[in-house]
Amino acid sequence: MTSAADALLPLYRQMVLIRRFEEESARAYAQGRIGGFLHLYIGQEAIAVGANAALRADDFVFQTYRDHGTALARGTSARACMAELFGRDAGCSRGLGGSMHFFDPDHHFYGGYGIVGGHVAVAAGAAFKARYVGEDRVAVCFLGEGATNIGGFHEACSLAGLWKLPLVVVVENNSYAMGTSFSRSSPVEDFIHKAAGYGMASDRFDGHEVLTVRDRVAAAVARAREGCGPTLIEVLTYRFRGHSMSDPAKYRTEEELRERKKLDPVALARATLLDDGVTEEELSSIEDGVEEEIGDAVCFAEEAPPAQEQVMFDAVYADETVLPVDAPPEES
Amino acid sequence: MRTLRYREAVREAMVEEMRRDETVLLMGEEVGQYQGAYKVSEGMLAEFGERRVIDTPIAEAGFAGIGIGAAMVGLRPIVEFMTWNFSLVAFDQIVNNAAKIHQMSAGQVRVPIVFRGPNGAARQVGSQHSHSVEPFYCNVPGLWVCAPSTPRDAKGLLKAAIRDDNPVVFLEGETIYGVRGEVPDPAEEEVIPLGRARIAREGSDVTVVAWGRPYYTVLEAAEVLAADGIECEVVDPRTLRPLDTDTIVESVRKTNRCVVVHEHWPYGGPGAEIVDRVQRDAFDWLDAPMLRVTNEDVPMPYALNLEERVLPTVDRVTAAVRRVCYRD
Repeated sequence: MTSAADALLPLYRQMVLIRRFEEESARAYAQGRIGGFLHLYIGQEAIAVGANAALRADDFVFQTYRDHGTALARGTSARACMAELFGRDAGCSRGLGGSMHFFDPDHHFYGGYGIVGGHVAVAAGAAFKARYVGEDRVAVCFLGEGATNIGGFHEACSLAGLWKLPLVVVVENNSYAMGTSFSRSSPVEDFIHKAAGYGMASDRFDGHEVLTVRDRVAAAVARAREGCGPTLIEVLTYRFRGHSMSDPAKYRTEEELRERKKLDPVALARATLLDDGVTEEELSSIEDGVEEEIGDAVCFAEEAPPAQEQVMFDAVYADETVLPVDAPPEES
Repeated sequence: MRTLRYREAVREAMVEEMRRDETVLLMGEEVGQYQGAYKVSEGMLAEFGERRVIDTPIAEAGFAGIGIGAAMVGLRPIVEFMTWNFSLVAFDQIVNNAAKIHQMSAGQVRVPIVFRGPNGAARQVGSQHSHSVEPFYCNVPGLWVCAPSTPRDAKGLLKAAIRDDNPVVFLEGETIYGVRGEVPDPAEEEVIPLGRARIAREGSDVTVVAWGRPYYTVLEAAEVLAADGIECEVVDPRTLRPLDTDTIVESVRKTNRCVVVHEHWPYGGPGAEIVDRVQRDAFDWLDAPMLRVTNEDVPMPYALNLEERVLPTVDRVTAAVRRVCYRD
């Protein structure tokens, strides 16, 4: 096995974990065991995994509502993630967040955000803190290309560029903002030119090779860590499923989907590993391990105690305040 | 006791807390080089430097969000809105992020941040610059909302707000920045807890609840009414969320009558909330229906005669009080 394969193997495992996690959550959703919205990361795994491989454990990570893959890449357990989808107390947000609002500050994952764009400014705030206290930590914010049209994205990038914050903004361009293709939502096809207007460095690359993602994000992270300011990155990718579970994705053709699936990041990594001398048995053993982990996560979530009413009330306000939470007004 | 203007009291609270705690900083439009649009932050740039007194571009959603993110990972930012009218373009940040992140993360992430600035009408600045925003923010669990009326309360409450681990909406007033009042010496370190009302004037005939500019209108009205033999008990809630229901209800149980005076529009808001709580907790003590004196239900007009018609006035307050006393 080559040293490249050495580096790729753990990333391959993470990607398979995300893929299988998403497939099983889709199944549980179809069975009515998960409620609300469910936005899958299938097809985009190389971005969360590759970017995370370019980060330190103490860097700050923010994501939109399509956040399962990012949390798993960060190190949140499959059990805690699945339990969150099932609305359990053992979930990473104790059942208060759901699919769209995973939080795991122990792994410096600061949330999945449902109102996209605004979270870029919040991520810039974490970068601001790092610089304010003189730490060499970096904040990374993921968002879809659709979110680049909202004001929050613009203001955050503008301030990050102005203040040279250690921020890396990773736009996962999966071609569709829900059902609207990028060409129908953006006045410029090559949106990365906007970086110049924000005084940000920029980069643009295909997101199906996980090691490419790692290396290109690492360059931006290094610039940020050295105090050279923020970078706007566009990663070209594709989601294989609809926007959410309720989306049959009729706005694209079967043929387009078939073509894009040829660039499946998980399959590509597997082929590369085989080429590099990793055996089928070794890969199967990794995949079996993932299978076991996901099976365990589903069983765990299934049997875990429900979310707690008391937590819902207690968590509205932090403890360090002068009065307890306002008693909810009685029904009148 | 020495006296300070309201704006000086707010500044003194910020300066003291920034001296005490390195993680406290001030950011907003014109807070630094310009010395504050209303001179609240005058001199602070000279003392603390550009690292901690930070001028921002016109980007409320951006810098409010940056404040929130910084608070999530260990700082205690004070974000100044030049006026609260401009917070409406940062509403998403305050409501969706500041207020919700702690609960959405099941208490794993705290957001100790203060948003502050002048609230309410100034003088003839028209409909887009005259909002009283307390109904918007009081409705949101996860936020505390302070609306101090006096310099002393402004200083003591702001110190508490900065030390609080929750996001606090801190409502000041352009028209009361110049008001003078007694403020204890800094050596006394007065920190006024959130959620405690203050009896500003004792009286036996009617409870009048007011905050912000209408507080001063009510004090003036109380003098007029006293000359007619009607004694008002003026209650200043100081904090609108959490609301000190007990102090208000206790007063109403004593006076048996209640008028609430506020500058926000009449539909809902803390004014209506107070009436709802009082009717539940003091129904058997009430001798008359409670009344509210509010802004008229219109966007604020420019012309002075019309603006004066919209805002609560001494005459409207005295008329409402007389009515609940059946002396109109």
